[in-house]
Amino acid sequence: MKLRGMLFGLAAALLIALLLSPFASPWPDGLEKVAADRGFLHKGEGKPVLAAPIPDYAWPGIKSGRLAMRIAGVVGTLVVFIIAWGSAAMLKVKRDGAGHVTRASGHRE
Amino acid sequence: MHIPDGFLATKVWAPLWIVAAGGLWYCIRRVSAELQDRAVPLMGVMAAFIFAAQMLNFPVAGGTSGHLLGGVLAAALLGPWAGAVVISIVLVVQCLLFQDGGITALGANIVNMAIIGSGLSYAIYALTRSAPGIRAMRRPDPIIVAVAVASWCSVVLASAACAFELALSGTSPLRIALPAMVAVHALIGIGEAVITCLVVSSVLKVRPDLVYGVAGGQS
Repeated sequence: MKLRGMLFGLAAALLIALLLSPFASPWPDGLEKVAADRGFLHKGEGKPVLAAPIPDYAWPGIKSGRLAMRIAGVVGTLVVFIIAWGSAAMLKVKRDGAGHVTRASGHRE
Repeated sequence: MHIPDGFLATKVWAPLWIVAAGGLWYCIRRVSAELQDRAVPLMGVMAAFIFAAQMLNFPVAGGTSGHLLGGVLAAALLGPWAGAVVISIVLVVQCLLFQDGGITALGANIVNMAIIGSGLSYAIYALTRSAPGIRAMRRPDPIIVAVAVASWCSVVLASAACAFELALSGTSPLRIALPAMVAVHALIGIGEAVITCLVVSSVLKVRPDLVYGVAGGQS
């Protein structure tokens, strides 16, 4: 399998998360803006039903906002990469019937 | 456009969880029926790229920002089924790890951005690509024309679905929410189309075999 193109894609994603994420526009997104303009933003600002470990893409305990975002971005990028690759690999194994799936491993690189 | 907890009423978000689960179940079945070797790492890379790109909000008019949703990008390279699965994985991680989108609204967000924004928008892409008058074009490539049309539509359709969900929830009446959401996302959709076209045309140059449905590709 030609993996060079894949590695290039992953590297591009990691570089975006590492280098560019802190410079994203801080303005509200389309839905937030509409919610603010139409007076229903407060409805979404209560306590979240499920508290997430890294709220708002800021790695907890890091003073520098930019660094906190870079770390969160890189970690998130790797997590979705592993989950998506792993799920695809699992589906492939299952379909091919090449032996049975013994364990749902996310690391089939 | 990630809906937080609190915007949607239970009578709206609960059925949408079921729709999302059913839709995803169907997508996963289709993926496992047609998945090719080379699409396995590509699903990982697309998820990574779309997650990272979604962090990059770009400013649009009036103190508003938007970011890539990536539904048509994923579907153009992976097909509609794997495209919707990849976007759903991104949405689940964003919700569970980063509190981007509420857990109650996760079903709605998957319906809007993965099932409508990727799976359904792929139909717009496929129809545009094979439309008479576009199919025969040499320049720009029909794939790029179709990507531009479908990616803009994907954002606008997802925002319209979101407006209906807000209205059904009693959060904002449809006559207010629908025009407001569609107007701002018509602008954000231009950014979506530009980014998606840039990425897909680069892929077409370097690895045309990675585009779904291209000769020698993974369809």
